[in-house]
Order: sequence, then C-alpha cells, then structure tokens
Amino acid sequence: MSDSIISVENLSKCYRIGRMAAKGDGLRHVLESAVRAPFNWLRPEARAKRAKTEDFWAVRDLNLEIKRGEMLGIIGRNGAGKSTFLKLLSRITEPTTGRITLRGRVASLLEVGTGFHPELTGRENIYLNGAILGMSRVEIKRKFDEIVEFSEISKFLDTPVKRYSSGMYVRLAFAVAAHLEPEILIVDEVLAVGDAEFQKKCLGKMEDVSSKDGRTVLLVSHQMPVIQNLCTRCILMDRGRLVQEGPTHEIVGAYMSHGAVLAGEGLDNRSDRAGKGDVRVSAIHLRDARGNIIHEGISGQDTVLSFSYHVSDGVTLDNCLFSVEVCKDLQEYFSLSSALVDPRRMTLSGTGRIDFLIPKLPLAGGAYHVNIYVESDRIVQDHLNDAAIMEVINGDFFGTGKILPPGTRCNSVLVPHSWEQHADRA
Amino acid sequence: MSELIIESGKSERQYWQDLWRYRELLYFLAWRDILVRYKQTVIGVAWAVIRPLLTMLVLTFVFNKLAGMKSGDVPYPILVFCGMLPWQFFANAFTESGNSLVSNAGMISKVYFPRLVVPISSVITSLVDFLISAVLMALMMIWYGYAPGPSILLLPLFLALAFATAFGAGLWVSALMVRYRDFRFILPFVVQFGLYISPVGFNSSVVDKEWRLLYSLNPMVGVIDGFRWAILGQQNLYWPGFAISVAGVALIIISGIWYFRSTEKTFADVI
Repeated sequence: MSDSIISVENLSKCYRIGRMAAKGDGLRHVLESAVRAPFNWLRPEARAKRAKTEDFWAVRDLNLEIKRGEMLGIIGRNGAGKSTFLKLLSRITEPTTGRITLRGRVASLLEVGTGFHPELTGRENIYLNGAILGMSRVEIKRKFDEIVEFSEISKFLDTPVKRYSSGMYVRLAFAVAAHLEPEILIVDEVLAVGDAEFQKKCLGKMEDVSSKDGRTVLLVSHQMPVIQNLCTRCILMDRGRLVQEGPTHEIVGAYMSHGAVLAGEGLDNRSDRAGKGDVRVSAIHLRDARGNIIHEGISGQDTVLSFSYHVSDGVTLDNCLFSVEVCKDLQEYFSLSSALVDPRRMTLSGTGRIDFLIPKLPLAGGAYHVNIYVESDRIVQDHLNDAAIMEVINGDFFGTGKILPPGTRCNSVLVPHSWEQHADRA
Repeated sequence: MSELIIESGKSERQYWQDLWRYRELLYFLAWRDILVRYKQTVIGVAWAVIRPLLTMLVLTFVFNKLAGMKSGDVPYPILVFCGMLPWQFFANAFTESGNSLVSNAGMISKVYFPRLVVPISSVITSLVDFLISAVLMALMMIWYGYAPGPSILLLPLFLALAFATAFGAGLWVSALMVRYRDFRFILPFVVQFGLYISPVGFNSSVVDKEWRLLYSLNPMVGVIDGFRWAILGQQNLYWPGFAISVAGVALIIISGIWYFRSTEKTFADVI
C-alpha cells in the first residue's frame, strides 16, 4: 500500500445518454445532440424520447495500484474508457462511485497546447500554457530558456502563434508540457502529432522523466511501438473494464489478438466506429473462389474478402466507395479500394455484400488486421479500425509445392518472382 | 506526503485551498484577456475612452435635452457619467464572466483547476476598462470645475458592491450557459434592458416616492445611487432602498456561488 502512488478502488463513471439516434450511432453524436438540444423537454415528443435515456458506464469497477516511478501503458480500442479514466485521475470529471487516492502532485497532458491563444506570441503562450498546466510563474521563468531551446522556434518567439505552421505549434506546445515536473504525469495520445524526429525527442524526454527522476508516468497510446519502448507494465481496457494487466509484451500481445474475439461477435455491436452511419458493415468473411465461407486464407489461393452491409431503411446511397487496409502490427501492408480498380458507379440500398477478389493471396501465414472504410458522395459512412482478424496459413504460393521454410519470419507479403542464370563461362 | 482522495461529492474542503493555489492562473487569464482585447485594432485602447464618451453624449442628449430632466446644480454630463461608471463596469463584467466558461470550453474539458478562476478573472479584466473610465471621469470633473466631497473616500466600498453584483450574476449565467446555450441570447437583453431600468441616464430621485422601494429591488439602483452619493456628494442616499439593494446583491452572490459549485463537477461532461 505504501509504495503505490496511485490507488484506484472500484472506480466507475456513468454517463446518462439519450437514446434518440439510430442504433449503432456513435456515443459522441448522442452526447452532442443531448447537449445541443437541452430545451427539448419543452416539446412533448422530445420528452417521450428523453424517458429513454440510458446509463452508459464509461469506466466500470476499476481496481488498480500504480507504484512510484512506474511507467504504465494503458491500451484498448476507441471507446474502451481509457480517456475517461485519465479524466477521472486528473480531476476533470468526478467519479460516479469508487475512489482514487493520489500520493503526489498530478499534471495531465490530455491535449497538446490547451489554452494556447492564437493572438498571443510564442513567448506569451509559454507563460499562459505553463500556468494552465499548473506551473508557477517563477518555475516558468526558470525553465523558459530550456523550453525555447527544446521547441526549436526561438526565431519566432515574438510572432503570434496564429502565424505558426502546425508543426511549430505542436513543438512549442509539447516543449512546455515536457518541462512539467509533477510526481505523476498523465499523457493521452499526444505523441501522435508532430513530425517523427520531434516525436523521438519527446519520447526521449519522457523516458528521462521516468527513469532519471523517478517520476510516475501513465501513458495512453494506440501506437504499440511507443508503448513497447516506454512501458514496463500495461493494462488493457475494454468497454470500461480492466480486462488484463501485466508485463507489456504480454498485454500488447493480448490486445492484438483481442480483435479476433470481437470480430467473431459480428460488427453491429462495435461502438468505436466513425462516420455518418447510413450504411454499416455488419460482418466480414473470407471466402474461397466459389463463394464458400472459409476460416483461414491460404497463401496463393484465389481468395475473396467479403463485406456484408446494411443500409438504413428507405435510404439509397450513390457514388459509394469501399476500401480495406490489411495491416500487421499497425503497419499497413496493402489496401484495396473499389474506386481504384473499377470506375463503375456503386449504389447501395437494403442489405447485401461487396466482395473483393484477391487472386493468389499474397500473404504468408500469420494473423492480419483489417480496417474498413466506406463512403458515399464523399461523405464518410463507416470507418472501423481492426474490424477483423484475417488468419492466413502457409500455402503453395509459388506453385512449386514449397512453402516458406519453418523459421522464416512469417507475416509478410509474398511477391511472385522467378530467376534466371546467365552464365558467361561454364 | 500529501495525499489526495478523489471521490464522488467529496471535493468541498479541498476546493478553497485549490482556489488559493491557482491564484496565479487567475492572474494569467486576466493578463491574457487584457493583452488580447485590443489586438489587431487600429486605435487600440482608445476604444475604452470613445465608447463611454459617446454613450454619455447620447444619454445626456436624450434624457436632458429631449426629455428635459434636471440634475440640480450638477452638470448633467457628470451626473450621467457618474451613473455610467458602475453601469459599464457591471455590463462588461457580467457579459464577459457570463460567457467565460463556454469560451474557455477547451481548457475546461482538458485541464483541472477550480472553475471559479474563470469568471473571477473575467470580472477582474473588466476592472481595467473601469479604471480608464474613472480617469476620464476625473478629467471631466476638472473640466467642469466640480470638486468631490470627502465621501469619495467611500467609493471603493461601492465599487466592491458593483463587483459583487456583476460577479454573482456572472456566476449564475456562466454556469447556466454551460448547459443551456439559450443564455447566450438572454444575456445581451438583460444588459440592454438594464440600461433603461437602472438610473444611468437620469437621477433615481425622479422615481415616485411610493415606487422607490420597489425600484431598489434592482441591485444596480443601489450601486449607482451609491456612486453618485460618493462622487457628487449632493443629495442624501435613500437608505431603505440602498439596504434592499445590498441585500439583493448578497442574495445574488451567495446563491450564485452555491449554484456554480453544485453544477461545477459536471461542467466537463456537458460543455
């Protein structure tokens, strides 16, 4: 008990949401419309809808001990409750039940550049942002030069930040945040912005913070390499609950295969999707060349990736586009797009399916993630990352009866090739 | 080692300590608003002089020349300006603090700090315009050769009353606006009507005796009467009415703090 700097006991956070939008509509949309039309209760038909509010548990029964000096990664897909958990820890919102005990000063960085004012100069914004993040004036003054040097924008220090490029803006904002000196630092997916080199610099800084100064860091990220580099321990969240905790490699592995479980349940229940939602992909299957559903793809076989869709009643969507990304470890291997290969107009209504035919499946054995994206008339309709896991087993891709020898790194793209020898002298 | 426990509805004790700890943020937010206010304007701070001067001219023309109201031996422009001093301060502070939470929504949903900091800093920002107007007032009194009596030493008390009125009303509106954006439209109306139902362009003594007490239910009546009494030192203060106004201000500020505090924990969820 004494060596843990954060104790979380039975923590829950409940949001009350109105259930007026169609099923499967994003939570954000529901919350937004609930906020935007507060006087709806004056209208009887809206009041009837209001009766149907339901509880949404963003965080549920969370128990966790975090040790001093630990660097903890928090992973989980969108809507798993990671950000809400961080908001509870940083006191932005109050828990519904449960308790958090903090034994140190907390600074949270849920967004880069919070409170930056576009009309103010870089210099002025350093002071303002520092104060918002909880630094005292003396502290900011002491670190001012260090911040400027870190941000690499000293030439533009007296220019209003509205004239900055987005890269400069992010650099300045992160430089301020990187010089916070709390005992507990909470960071939410802010490293995703900025160019690669600066990102690296920031990661280095964060590592220093935790290892040299013995400070505790909580980090949310979708970038597994970042988590793997920085964190020793991780927790995995899903639908508000803590699913698993343990050493990073174990949890990251669990997270990557977690998608398979979700894909098995069908896609209608997934809440982490984006887009307007007039059309939704409800299931993804692999089929063989004759259209039979198969559970694994086989390298070198003609394979069909098939997407079942349903369009909202009475809606007809024109100029539709389907696209698919096939990824491994968050790295995109290839993508398929209906518009790329065939300019025919696609019109959708009712239900049905779109099949992508991949001749001679060019993937070596392993598990791949599929991201899907559907639009109509250039409006995003459905966008879902990690929609399914595609299992592939090694097959006779090259038509030689040979498969990749055991021990060769799996999970890769296979390329048809041949070889010839041109001998000058026998 | 300091230990902080976060639990539902258990933040009250901590809150006032935190407010003190975040006093520098208060300063920085006020500083930001002052810096930003006249950026990218051609004549800049001159606006703080032009606006009250023009309003004073119009009000003098309407109430003195057209409506034929009298001001005793005080020059009418001075009578008007003396009422405008607290009124403009109230109108600015009330509008700014009423809008303050919503216009700082980004900060509120991403960073923790006692939310009271935001409306307080807006009211403080409005004090700057008040000080500029006060200098203008002094210049006008020199121009007309009108010397204030010793009662002017009590002016800070009445300024505090104006501050409390604006702050209390601002708390109500800012907290309500987080949930109901309707208040964005209600706020300018209140300010516009207030100018006519408060004794800005005329002396409150023109109101009939039997209505005077009822009239004082508007807390700005007490504030403006107080300013006139302190600066001009002419007629006597109408004490029963003033007492009612002060009670009204107390009610507004206490209820304002109560409502703000009770809704504050949901700000980040609904803003």
